Order: sequence, then C-alpha cells, then structure tokens
Amino acid sequence: MKVAIASNGNTLESGLDTTFARCNFFVVYDPETRAMEFIPNPNKDLEEGVGPASVRLLESRSVKKIVASEFGLKIKPLLDSLKIQMIVLKDSTKTIKEIMVMLNH
Amino acid sequence: MLIIFMPRVKTLRKVLNPPLIKGFKPYGPGSGNLNPEPVTLLFEEYEALRLSDYDLLNHHQASVMMGVSRPTFTRIYASALQKIARAFVEGRQIAIDGGKVYFDSDWYQCSGCGCNFNNPEREKEIENCPLCGNRQIISYDFPNDADEDNAKHWEYVCVCPQCGFEQEHQLGIPCNHQVCPKCTHKMKRKGTPGCKI
Repeated sequence: MKVAIASNGNTLESGLDTTFARCNFFVVYDPETRAMEFIPNPNKDLEEGVGPASVRLLESRSVKKIVASEFGLKIKPLLDSLKIQMIVLKDSTKTIKEIMVMLNH
Repeated sequence: MLIIFMPRVKTLRKVLNPPLIKGFKPYGPGSGNLNPEPVTLLFEEYEALRLSDYDLLNHHQASVMMGVSRPTFTRIYASALQKIARAFVEGRQIAIDGGKVYFDSDWYQCSGCGCNFNNPEREKEIENCPLCGNRQIISYDFPNDADEDNAKHWEYVCVCPQCGFEQEHQLGIPCNHQVCPKCTHKMKRKGTPGCKI
C-alpha cells in the first residue's frame, strides 16, 4: 500500500510542507518494498484547482494514504470518494525520514 | 419595496457511502432503440434509498444521518422512487450523479504520534494508527452522539403537560387522544414543542 508525503524538499532531511496541494515535492513511499520516489509537484503554481490536480497525480500512482500537515477545503470529499486515507500531522518538525520510519511499524 | 423572489438555498446533504457503480443500463431485445436519455439519480437520492430501504432506518433516523430535516428527507426519498419508476417503465438508463452533497468519513486521533486521520472505508474498522501503528486511538464520533441524543429526544413516550405523568406510547393511537389517568388532561408526545417537559 503506497503512501504519499507532502514534502518541502527532495532530501530525506526535508520536513512536511505547510500545505498538501502546493507542496514542493511529493514523496511516494511503499512500506512493503521500501521503494521511494520524489515527484516534483507540477501543479504548484496553478491559480486554482490545485487540490484536484494533485489528487489525480497521486491517484495515478495508486496511492492509498496521504500524509500532510494541512489539506484544503475541497480535498476531503474527493479523497473520500476515491477511498484515500488522509493523515494530518500537525507537528511538522518531523523529517521525511522519521515519517518513513514510523510508517514501517 | 423591492421583493426579490429567490428560492431558499438548499442545505448540504451528507452522504456516508458513495455508490459502488455509476449507474444502471437496461438489457434485453429492444432495449437499444428506446429513449437513450438517462434518468439522473442524484447522490442524495441514492443515499436516501440506501438508508431507508437497505439499512432499514426510519425517515427520522435517516434524516439525522444526512443532516437534513425529516420532511426534506421524505421529499428526497419520494423523488428517488419516482425517478427509478420512470427509468423502469420507460426503459431508460439510470445515471447516479450530482446533487448538493458532500461525502463524509469519521476522524480519529492517535495518542502515540498525535496525528489525525480519517477512515474512508467504513466497512473496515480501524484498529491502529496508520502512521505509527499505535493501538491507542480516539474516535471523534460526534455524529453518533447526536444520533443517540436524538433517539432519546424521540422516545415513544406520552407525557401529560399538566402533571408530568408519563406512559409508553401505543403505536397507532395519537398521544392527544390519550387522557392522563391522574388529572384527565390530554396527553402529548414527549419532546415535542407543546409539552414543555
């Protein structure tokens, strides 16, 4: 089951970005195979419709969970209908590496 | 004086389980050359039908689940039945789409890592945190609490507005046809606006 993390950089030491849809990089991580992929967010500078565009990008990679520190207003109904789980982590001092270690539980 | 004729804004209907499919098609000989225009069953109408005839809730309980009033729920339900009947009789397709709805799922909090998460698949129960695997999770079950409150509120109890005497409501006999055995005052349904108790 793949997990997407909204990251503010492309290293393991980067932290969570402040928003989900306009984050710098998406980290797609598979806890079973321990494979990871950094995807630069192509929708970052769109005027509107960023949320649905980002969700479509992650859906095409068959992501089942999304970790972010904040989600936009229109995201929840969309993710609920796609059966993608949202994980809101308010404590954004954790690095991507620490989140990945937590996901390996 | 300027009067603006504008219909009231519809309240958002809460849909808990989105349908698995996008619609239905008729089959059999002759189904191809019938009216190709599909009947659009709104999400809220699908949900009303599901709550009422699949989950077998009564209209009041179902209206609480959808966050609308009981009369509104009955109107949505009636519209769903009419649309389905029309599709069956005229041999049309049914497309499930649209409506003023939002999809909802419950929220949980993990005591271990302090994260919040939701459960988009209601059929499966959440046992541990999806992030750290901690088993100590708290569920934010606000809607269910509201359901219980409402169930108490709508107890089937007749009450006397004069002396406060209560007795169990007999189905089929309106409360105000009952007479209080203590003070011979007309009884009322408990929890309704007129009874003040």
